[in-house]
Amino acid sequence: MSENGRRDYQGSKIGMWLFLFTELMLFGGLFILYSGYRSLHPESFHHASRELNVVLGVANTLVLLTSSLFAALALTSVQQGRHSDGAKWAWLTAGLGGVFLVVKAFEWGAKFSHGIYPGGKALLALPPGEGLFYGLYFTMTGLHGLHVLAGVVLLSVMALLVGKGRVHQGDCVVLENSGLYWHLVDVIWIFLLPLFYLAA
Amino acid sequence: MTSMDQEKGHIVEPAVLARVWGALVCLTIGLVSASLASPKLAVLAMLVITPAKAWLVFHYFMHLKYEGPLLKGMVLVALLTLVIFISMMFLDLGFR
Repeated sequence: MSENGRRDYQGSKIGMWLFLFTELMLFGGLFILYSGYRSLHPESFHHASRELNVVLGVANTLVLLTSSLFAALALTSVQQGRHSDGAKWAWLTAGLGGVFLVVKAFEWGAKFSHGIYPGGKALLALPPGEGLFYGLYFTMTGLHGLHVLAGVVLLSVMALLVGKGRVHQGDCVVLENSGLYWHLVDVIWIFLLPLFYLAA
Repeated sequence: MTSMDQEKGHIVEPAVLARVWGALVCLTIGLVSASLASPKLAVLAMLVITPAKAWLVFHYFMHLKYEGPLLKGMVLVALLTLVIFISMMFLDLGFR
């Protein structure tokens, strides 16, 4: 809020975008690391990628794309004054974020059961290139998963605030900024899918 | 678009959002199909389809299409910075 009690809508959005740029650089650095190691170990990356479950990767992509649609619909609903619809879409967005995490947990669990986890014997026995692939896989999808978890909490809070009328048609920049965060998490996954699951 | 739209946020119609979602799903199917078809096609699809999907999300879901030149310029500078870093990495690998 500014001194006269008026919310600086544009300033709030610019602040959120600046934060998103730091996220972009964080994951961008990891993408550069991935590309560098992949060019050094193309065969190992190709082989290790074949061990990942493409069906689960694509299913999770569809889950996140749909959740992004729901997040955008939540904002549109609130902007049009349909607050109960807005709360519903925000809850559905958070719910699909939860589905994404459950699928990811099953995927990681399958790898763990085969001894493939950071420091695991099966992972240490793999060729160095494949070890690097899985190291990057756990780091990047894990970091992304933490962002999804944060987004689920954020969207749940937004759903509550919209439901209580604290976020409404006249003041919904906090919902718009939460949506921006969620969409960026979606964009990062859009790049993670081909790098890890379709690299074979 | 009026300055009021920029200030309070543009309202994107649900039908537009649904069409964008449909395009994103179709592009994902295209990406997976190309990656199963041949390695060359897979690389091409990754270089074309993946940025196209990101562009759709930025443009419509994140409302960048309806923002003013300041925000658009900021995003462009951030993305160009990332492209420069990635190019430097590939130059380093290429001339090693």
